[in-house]
Order: sequence, then C-alpha cells, then structure tokens
Amino acid sequence: MYDVIIIGAGVSGAASARELSRYQVNACVLEKEEDVCCGTSKANSAIVHAGYDAANGSLMAKLNVQGNKMMEQLSKDLDFEFIQNGSLVVCTEEENRPGLEALLERGIKNGVEGLRIVERDELVEMEPNISDQAVAALYAPTGGIVCPFNLNIALAENACTNGVEFKFNTQVENIEKIEGGFRLTTSQGDYEAKCVVNAAGVYADQIHNMVSEKKISIVPRRGDYCLLDKTAGQHVKRTIFALPGKYGKGILVSPTVHGNLIVGPTAIDIEDKEGTNTTRAGLDEVITKCANTVKNVPLRQVITSFAGLRAHEAGHEFIIEELPEAPGFVDCAGIESPGLTSSPAIGCMVADIVKGILDLKENPNFVGTRKGVLNPEKLSMEERNALIKEQPAYGNIICRCEMVTEGEILDAIHRPLGARSLDGVKRRTRAGMGRCQAGFCSPRTMEILSRELGMDMMEITKSGGESKIVVGTNKDRI
Amino acid sequence: MKAYDIVIIGGGPAGLAAAVAARKSGVDSILILERDKELGGILNQCIHNGFGLHTFKEELTGPEYAARFIDQVKELQIEYKLHTMVMDISHDKVVTAMNREEGMFTIQAKAVILAMGCRERSRGALNIPGYRPAGIYSAGTAQRLVNREGFMPGREVVILGSGDIGLIMARRMTFEGAKVKVVAELMPYSGGLKRNIVQCLDDYGIPLKLSHTVVEIRGKERLTGITIAEVDSKGKPIPGTEEDYDCDTLLLSVGLIPENELSRGAGVEMSPVTSGPVVNESLETNIEGVFACGNVLHVHDLVDFVSEEAGAAGKNAALYVQGLRTEAAGKEIRLNPIEGVRYTVPSTIRPDQMDDKLTVRFRVGGVYKNCYISVYFDDERVLHRKRPVVAPGEMEEIKLEKAKLLSYPDLKTITVKIEEA
Repeated sequence: MYDVIIIGAGVSGAASARELSRYQVNACVLEKEEDVCCGTSKANSAIVHAGYDAANGSLMAKLNVQGNKMMEQLSKDLDFEFIQNGSLVVCTEEENRPGLEALLERGIKNGVEGLRIVERDELVEMEPNISDQAVAALYAPTGGIVCPFNLNIALAENACTNGVEFKFNTQVENIEKIEGGFRLTTSQGDYEAKCVVNAAGVYADQIHNMVSEKKISIVPRRGDYCLLDKTAGQHVKRTIFALPGKYGKGILVSPTVHGNLIVGPTAIDIEDKEGTNTTRAGLDEVITKCANTVKNVPLRQVITSFAGLRAHEAGHEFIIEELPEAPGFVDCAGIESPGLTSSPAIGCMVADIVKGILDLKENPNFVGTRKGVLNPEKLSMEERNALIKEQPAYGNIICRCEMVTEGEILDAIHRPLGARSLDGVKRRTRAGMGRCQAGFCSPRTMEILSRELGMDMMEITKSGGESKIVVGTNKDRI
Repeated sequence: MKAYDIVIIGGGPAGLAAAVAARKSGVDSILILERDKELGGILNQCIHNGFGLHTFKEELTGPEYAARFIDQVKELQIEYKLHTMVMDISHDKVVTAMNREEGMFTIQAKAVILAMGCRERSRGALNIPGYRPAGIYSAGTAQRLVNREGFMPGREVVILGSGDIGLIMARRMTFEGAKVKVVAELMPYSGGLKRNIVQCLDDYGIPLKLSHTVVEIRGKERLTGITIAEVDSKGKPIPGTEEDYDCDTLLLSVGLIPENELSRGAGVEMSPVTSGPVVNESLETNIEGVFACGNVLHVHDLVDFVSEEAGAAGKNAALYVQGLRTEAAGKEIRLNPIEGVRYTVPSTIRPDQMDDKLTVRFRVGGVYKNCYISVYFDDERVLHRKRPVVAPGEMEEIKLEKAKLLSYPDLKTITVKIEEA
C-alpha cells in the first residue's frame, strides 16, 4: 500500500508530488496518458499571472500571488524558462476606466506589488503596437510568461528523482474506501493507498464523485489559440490583456518564452472532456478580437492553432481540501486559470494537507534542484565545440526550424520520465514546434526514438495510444 | 578562419548546378555546405520520372537527375561537406556552420550562393480547425516516409491541395496499396502541372474537387475522418456543401515557402510576393556578392529551370570573385509586373551587366484563356505573345536581348502583363 497516490501528472499533480517528495513518503502518480503534461497543463496561455484578477479573499487570489512570487526561484532551481515580462490590462473605452481602477484596487488588496495605471502616451511608448483605441492600462510588472511543458516536466522529474513513482497509461476507473485507505481500480490493475490526491484536471469531478456523495461538476471550458512564428515574437514585449468590457473577456496577445507570439483564448463551455478540437468560429474569434488591444498582429505568421480545456468548477474557485466525508482523500480540483501560476503554491498546500494526515517526516535526501535538457544555443562557441567533441550528437541538427540537435533529443529520451513519443520529444526540446511543424524532423525523430528505445518504427506514436505515425510498409496489403 | 571564394548554401539541384557552373567558369575555391546525409536535396525522394526533359532531353527519375550533377561535382573535384548545418550568414559573408566532426566553425566567403530550397506550408499556416491527431502530413513528409523509408503513413487518404507533390503522392500512395479518396483544392484551378493531373489523378480515377477545402478534422489520437466543403469566390466555406470522408490520412500539398531564415539574418532584401530575395539580372541580392537561385529564390515547377537558373548564378558569382565584372554604369531598369503577373525574377536589370540573352521568369495570378503575354518598354509594346491558357501552376518566361535593351538608352521600366483578347 502506498502512502499517497496522486491521480494526474499535470502541473498540479506534479507540483504536489514534488512537494511531497520533501518528506519520507511512499508516493505514486497515476496518469492516464503516456506522458506528463498531456491535458490542461499543455494547452493554455502559459502566463504567470500577477494576481489582480481573482476575488479578494479567495483561495485563487492567495495561491496566485504566492505562486507568482515562487516562480522565479523555482525556475532557477528546476531549470525551466520563465520571463517576468510584465503584463498590461488595456482599457479601450473611456467609460470603462472605473473597471481599470477596480482591478487596481483588487490587485493591491490581493497583495500584488508594483501595480499602476499607465496612460496612453506611456502605454504607446511601452508597446508601440498597442491599439489606437487604447486609453490607459493597468501595468503589472510581476506578470510573467513560462514554458508550461517544462514547468510541469521539471516538477515531475524532480519528484521522480526524489523517489516518487510514476505510472503512465493508467486510468483510474473506480475508487473504494478500504481499511486504512483506498483501493483504486485502474486500467492497469489495482492500487492501494492510505491517501489519495485528486489532481485529475477536467476529470476531477469524476474522481471526486467516486468517493463522495457531495457531487461536484467540472465543465471543460475550451479555449482556442493561435501560435505565431518567431518572426512575430517581438510584436509586443508584455502580455496584453483586454479589460473586460462590451466585447466580453477578450483575447490576450503575448510573447512566449520561446520567442513566438500567442493569441487567444476563447471561452466555450463544452461537455466532452476530450473536446480539444479548435473550431472555425473559435479561431475566427481569436483572429478578430486580438485587434481590440493590439494592432497589426501579423496573422499570416500563424504556425499552428490548438485548443485547451480549463477545468472550470461552478464556484470558480480552487477546491483544495481533505474531504470530511472521505478522510485521506484530498481534492485538488477546479484548477483553472490562474492554475499554472498557482501550481507551486498548490503543491505546497496539498503537501501540507497530506503531511498533516500522514504525519510525514522530512526526507533528508531531498534534492531540490534539477537540470533541464541542455540548450546548446545558450553556450559560447568554445563551450559548444567542447560539448560536440565529447558528444558529437550535439553537432547534428535534427529540427531545422528550432535548431534542436540530436544531443538534446537523446537527453530528452534518456532522462527520468523521458520522452517516448514525438510530442514528448517536442515538449522537452521544441523539436517540431517551429514553423514547419515537424514536417522535416518527424521521420528523423522517429528513427532516434526507435533506435534508443528499441521500438519498432510502427510503434512510434505522436502522443501515445493509437496515434501511430506509420501503419505499415509499402505494398503490404497488395 | 577558413576562406573560400564561393560558398554555396545547399547541395540540392540549385547548389549543385551553381557549383558546376562556377567551377567551369574558372573558380577553384568552392565549398558546398549540405545539411543532409547526401547531395541531391529533395530529388533523392522524388523517385518518379519526368525530370530532365529540358536539360538532358530524356526522362529521368529525381535521383538519376541529381546523380548527373553529383557526378560532375565529383569529377570537377568540388569540395562539399555533408551533415553540415549552416547556422548563420553575416552581412560581410562570414558563414557559420556546424557538424558532428568539426563542431561550429566559420568560413569567410568572397561570394555566397543561397540555394537552400523551400519547405512545405503546414496545416497550422492554413488554420484548419479540428483535432490534432496523428495522420496529418505534408505531402513531402509522406513522400519521404514512403519513398525513402518504405513506410505507409496510412491506408485511406484524402489530399488537400493540388500542388505537384500532392498529385505525385496521390499516385504513389495508390501504387503502394492505399486508397486515395479525393483531392480537394481551395482555388478554382489546380496548383500543379496539367500533366500531373492527367498522369496522377485522371489515370487512377481519383476525383479532383476544385474550390473545396477541409473544414473539419476528426479523431483524437489517429485521424478518423475529415469534412470538406465547397468555398465561395473569397475562399469561405459554403454552408450546406459539407461532405464527410472517413480516412486515416490527410496529406497537405498547399504551397511551398522559400526557406530564407538565413537570408533574412544576413540582411538580404526579400520580396513579399515570392518570399525569396529580390535580385537583379545577375541573380545577385542587395548584398554585393550574395547570389540566390532555385526554390529559395522563387518556387519552380521543373528542376530543369532550377538548374538553368543556378548555372547563371554560379557563373555570375564566378565573374564577381574573379573581378571580371564590368563596372556597372549605374543604369538600372525596373521590371514592373502588373495585371495578372504576380512577380518577375529578376526584378531589376542593368543592361551592361546582362548576358546577351536573359530569361525573365514569372507567375500569373489566375487562369487566363486566349490571352497575350505582353511586354512594354516604358510605353511601347515590344512583345505580344498569344497563349491559349496561362495558369498559376505553370511558371512562364520571356527572353530579353541585351542588344535590344541597349538600343533603348532611356528605358526605365519594363512592364510585363497579361492582356486578354
């Protein structure tokens, strides 16, 4: 019997696992997909919110501000990309100015530092491409952008290094209370644990409802996004939000940590928890509405579009608590925006709750740092040449658009919780994330995966399951 | 730092032909940098025939065509490096490259020939809504999987876009045992060569639906189906015209984009129409001594014309490094593509620098029947060539004669346009 089973290897589950690994605990993460970071955590705005948005006194507000403050140190400890580029909430109608003031006040009450209102002249100086309609904006210097994949992957790898087990392709089908804990029936057999953490994202309601009569409901709220080429990445420097107004919540325009430009999301409540399909209407909305705050967004430079599902709970509040009706069962549910920002704080809160339940002792062997996949572009030419001499694979470019070397792909495959699919490699190295969208590097990355993992080419997938890239050999059905 | 007279970026058909021409013009110090494991570029996966009719007066496969040039490169002992990625080209022609054996290194070139070719437009660039399952490939990626590696990307195929690679792959997938259900083309005309439509679709009973596009993609893990719909004159899908197809594969042949990241980094001026460098009669960019040819300059239909163009670039680069170019008198004539003509390559001509005959290549923006290709020297029409049909999928050319240009000393603009009968 495990001390703790965490359901879900998204950013909440991974952060919880990593914080729990500070203690002497026999913990396991169960993930229904083939990799970490396969659900909501991989498809979102990748924003580290400052914390002015959430209601005063809410858990969301508290964890948002806490998470924001933790992110920089965490990014250094765990080696993932984070840039505090600041954010602007842009007001485009004079009559909405009170909304800006209200946001400022809310932010100050939430403990957000450095907030101020900037008037049009300064705004234009800060962001020359700001809309001609912009009258003023709330400037939050603590706003930032992060690599959502590497945040999630780093947390999980660090947890793994510190002793937490991860089981992939393992879907929890039922949970029953047993003596001293819970029995989880999964697609890969039964597991038992004294304590269960429900970090199942859009499925957190189903998991919760397996043990509780007080039903909750998570509605997947779909957001469509477009990602633009790096040639468009300098269009704005800060993350540009629209002040909620007559156009609704508005579309953000932001650089990404990798130097692309992201625009989105929409907000459509749907029923299908796997409904990550973009729609024409959604993409059209993104394309049309981004012009409300930023002018001349070079939409011809779109390289891909995608949709993510926010795990929206009716109360629009994080639910992080041990269930009184099921002692030992801890919900980590309703983690929608600002969930990514809050994740470091969510992890701490979950670990505190579990520590209280199980009376955990500190893990003296805990290592709180981790090195990410080495990015040779950050090295000087001398350092790079020394590396290539030692490991020639770093001299072999596989992904031409993002200039990713074979050395990086090998690293991504062979590190703890390493990549097993094209998307797994992509999230860890950016190979295939560029302007040709893996057209060139897919066959090469497949060969490397096949060689390194001893998998047949026919077994290589895009992202696990039935997502096979090739289905047979030439003329095999003739 | 190593130094070469001419460094050629890319060992595909353009780079090879440029190298051969430069060597034959007397330059000894030439280096070809190729990122793949062999010379020949994309020709190596084009195992169908139809190459070389203009150049060699016979029908060759892609690899055979490439071999003719590779053999020359080897015979002429032109240096080349494989597995070598060019990372940067500076404004003063320092080329930074990398490979496994040498690491990162720099080369000072007297002249650089850009011959990087092009890449395929991806699904993302089209913003087709739907899921993002496995089973969606650019036609060239599928071509590599099938022709080089022997793997079937899928069994039941729909192709979006009627570019030549898509048409060729419709036939190839059929040969290999897949069922190609339909080719949908957004435009009211095909983007590929007429002969490919006949030989790759018609001969196998594969329907081509013009003015159609993919409006939905189904399947969470592997593609399970798509929906196509007819589009109006603005390219917007017409509600009620949707047709569902069950398929596990969607191939995209929706355009090629010259691969000019290195050129931009060097400060080469680009044409928004071709997405390639702006060049003069010598195929020289705004940076003196930097030349461009082949698909990096503008996307071609036939490799024969790539070779011809690249030969000119190689010869001009040779003249440049040998100091054999006559000093330009400063007079520059602008080419002015209008009324149906989208662009011309080159875009300027210095008559004193041109060969006795200069080929000007261009594409038209739509299908025109019973029309004329007309050329005006300022206001005077000097060419009025009747054509039964011109189409965007087939590159056009005109030839200009040096003697004639020199007989118009005040000529400022050469206008190329389509005139309807």
